[in-house]
Amino acid sequence: MSFVQNFPFFSIIIAMFSGIISSVLDAKKARNLSLAAIMVTTGMSAAVLVFCLRTGESYTYMMGHFPAPWGNEIRAGVLEGLTAFFFGVVMLLSVVGGLDHTAKDVEKTKQNLFFIMIDLMLSSLLALIYTNDLFTAYVFVEINTIAGCGLIMIRQIGRSLLAAIRYMIMSQLGSGLFLIGLSLLYDVTGHLLMSPAKEAVAGIEAAGIYALPMLVIVAVISVGLAIKSGLYPFHSWIPDTYGYATPTASAILSGLVSKGYIFLLIKIFYRVLGRENVVASQIVNVLFMFGLAGMMLGSVHAIMQKDTRRMIAYSSVAQIGYIYMGIGLGTTAGMVAAVFHIFTHSATKALLFISAVGLYEVSDDKKDFRSLRGAGYRNPLAGIGFSVGSLSMVGFPMLAGFISKLLFATSALQSPHKMLPTVIALAISTILNAVYFLRLVITLYSIPEKGLEKPLDNGSKEKPPIHSSWKLRLAVLSFILLNLFLGLYSQPIVGAIENGLAMFA
Amino acid sequence: MGAPLFVNMEETISIILFGIGFTMLLLHRNLIKKIMGMNIMDTAVYLFLAVKGYINGRMVPIVVDGIQDVSAYINPVPSGLVLTGIVVSVSTTALMLALTIRLYERYGSLDLDEILIRMKEEERP
Amino acid sequence: MSRIRDNYENSRCLKIKKWIDGEVDLLASGVEIEAPEEAKEAALPESDLPNPAWQPGMRRPKAAKRRRRNRDGRDIRYFRRIYQLMSVFLCLAIIFILLWTVSYLPAFGNAGNPDNNEVSARYIESGLQETGAVNIVTGMILDYRAFDTFGESCVLFIASCCVLVLLRIDAADGDARARKRLREADDRVFEPKNDVILQRCACVMVPLIMVFGIYIILNGHLSPGGGFSGGAVLGSGLILYLNAFGFKETERFFTEKVYRRVTLSALTFYCLAKSYSFFTGANHLHSGIPLGTPGAILSSGLILPLNICVGLVVACTMYAFYTLFRKGGM
Repeated sequence: MSFVQNFPFFSIIIAMFSGIISSVLDAKKARNLSLAAIMVTTGMSAAVLVFCLRTGESYTYMMGHFPAPWGNEIRAGVLEGLTAFFFGVVMLLSVVGGLDHTAKDVEKTKQNLFFIMIDLMLSSLLALIYTNDLFTAYVFVEINTIAGCGLIMIRQIGRSLLAAIRYMIMSQLGSGLFLIGLSLLYDVTGHLLMSPAKEAVAGIEAAGIYALPMLVIVAVISVGLAIKSGLYPFHSWIPDTYGYATPTASAILSGLVSKGYIFLLIKIFYRVLGRENVVASQIVNVLFMFGLAGMMLGSVHAIMQKDTRRMIAYSSVAQIGYIYMGIGLGTTAGMVAAVFHIFTHSATKALLFISAVGLYEVSDDKKDFRSLRGAGYRNPLAGIGFSVGSLSMVGFPMLAGFISKLLFATSALQSPHKMLPTVIALAISTILNAVYFLRLVITLYSIPEKGLEKPLDNGSKEKPPIHSSWKLRLAVLSFILLNLFLGLYSQPIVGAIENGLAMFA
Repeated sequence: MGAPLFVNMEETISIILFGIGFTMLLLHRNLIKKIMGMNIMDTAVYLFLAVKGYINGRMVPIVVDGIQDVSAYINPVPSGLVLTGIVVSVSTTALMLALTIRLYERYGSLDLDEILIRMKEEERP
Repeated sequence: MSRIRDNYENSRCLKIKKWIDGEVDLLASGVEIEAPEEAKEAALPESDLPNPAWQPGMRRPKAAKRRRRNRDGRDIRYFRRIYQLMSVFLCLAIIFILLWTVSYLPAFGNAGNPDNNEVSARYIESGLQETGAVNIVTGMILDYRAFDTFGESCVLFIASCCVLVLLRIDAADGDARARKRLREADDRVFEPKNDVILQRCACVMVPLIMVFGIYIILNGHLSPGGGFSGGAVLGSGLILYLNAFGFKETERFFTEKVYRRVTLSALTFYCLAKSYSFFTGANHLHSGIPLGTPGAILSSGLILPLNICVGLVVACTMYAFYTLFRKGGM
């Protein structure tokens, strides 16, 4: 057994252990430890990815002395390594970009607790990605939920507390459904580990027994995880949650947390229930419909917002609709598009949240359209970052969003029954995206009504013009590069995703 | 359908409890009652799991007198899952109660709609 | 106009109507002993939400504000009706579908059910030899499926961190608001101090509870029990002691520093021990931890120390939850 194969386990444990240690450290040390942990785990995930690409197969890793149906297990393959690496990068940049705001928004004595949440969030995301055991998945889903709630409410203003409790309520509904789904699945299969459970499911399908329970299990697990990731009719907690948390938390929650659940859902589809069974059960069509509804209505809601941060949050609803639409197509190509969109969206949405913060900094922390007029001149890099993010969401060539829209469109062509609605929805949603994103971009680069002098005057007399810190600029720049990278070098990534999905089966 | 439901009476009851808890968590405006609903829901799942582990006429899975025969003990797996699940449920309950306390201090109400109204009122210039 | 409406709102007729509608919420208005000052005036019109009844002695807000409030209230109420109907349908649907599913599930208590398969068979047949634990469930959760259990302790840890964020009041920077909150949160003022009956009972009960808790933890691998249940018992003993003798007594031995150190060292040990065991297991190395004679206290390898760790964490966390909820600090 090669030493690299230990890395998935090491990365989960390192993230968790740094969280535990942080409880006695002061804010600065906790911050450094957490940054170091994120970097180390990202490096390890990259090593796992390279290892799996080189050997060309996935492997399972025993957590303890007992093999598959008895002991816990984790599993690593190309897709797991890629996702873990990507999530690590996005998390690192989000944390770095929001550091100053974290210091401002969070009480001084409680900052180390913030980094505990970040560490445990990282470890739970990694565990969700690597897990090969359904009950482990449940436990880490709960850690993820609680850490997410902690990240929202750590600002401790009224709105974020309210957002946190609404998030908790919806998440608990989702967890309840997920748990009852797992219990039912355990009841009919007798296994909790994914690989033996899949064999048992195949046996059940072959024997033709428990048809209704299996259908209900698929439905309950899908709906539970859909509620937790904020699919359209269950999206009510999203705008408040993303809109009023501290920037790092918004970027992480919208970029990674909901994606972690979606990844788990894909993994359960492939590794436990069997993709063919899920497609045959018509549940994917329900997800497809909800996804389509989300794509359009999420954008409509976004157009109606006055607060730009809530607008970005509603745009997440639309983008999660895209992902579920891709899953709902039921084909491998659709799944590849969905996974690629997971990456696109986490890179782009984090970029939007972080660069929006740079723009608010130069507009007296106001978030409405009028105050943001001309902000693109006052903070050029943040303006460029926001424009790149917006264009990517709209689907401008060379950027990540274009590739994912292309993948969605081509995958739609392969499924004849769903081609027309998919293409029409894509077109409408793209136009709607363009309406609200380009409106904001134009606002950023238009001259303020009262003339530029007044804000400049204020700035020069009372305080020197505000420069964003180097951390924020570094994060924005890296995110822009990440977007360009996803847009220009998509081929190897798409290849790796296809490879990884093939390993799932 | 009737006969199997009666045979599976314990599961039936736990499912009904699950539904009641789910309804309360989703529907009730009062935060404390929502938390109660959440607990009922979780406990119903644990009841479901515990029922699933039971086998007629067998013992608790603690080895006595060196008997290690499968036919002597009930299935230990669901019991372990329930143990793990209970801790999760305790943690989320504590967190939700703490959040409720803070919201009550802030807005003076336990009613989610009332809190929303007050929040909107505060935000108007 | 408003006069007439006020009269109507205070009348029995409306109250009965509301009671029939199920809108009167006992907890919403009845639970508080004393609302915080600034919240008090807002807290009064609790039970009748859409058109608040203004009671004497309450400052009347401006008419415009009130109208707005009514409009908001109506919007939200309208929304709520739809929401309620939808939710009732949704929940009935969920119950119905799940009941329908249950009717197809394997029968209760049948030994031939799919979940009584080779997994549980191995736990029962060779659990004693492989883990050294007489209690098969403990052996399962702390050895076969230890990663789940480690995750579970982390859930408890992060929940206690979140509660710390929410409820710990740090008045270190001399913030007036924080100090005010601290004063309000200290509910010791409202309670009878040094109650003789409580103290006498606690003198007898607390040692018994503590011994019982320790027994449960130490015998976790031999009899029903284990870290979590024993820890909860220990925590309740601490809470009883606190209630009887007050914070002054408990703070002599249990402060936040102690809490942090105990939790940190227990979780660190847990993490390192389990990492060692996972690492050796996955790499097919011999772990070299003796399992001892099954049935003895000092047996079953890592399970006993892990149970002690979990017990300590749980006891401290329970106590911490209690003090944080009660006075916003330890």
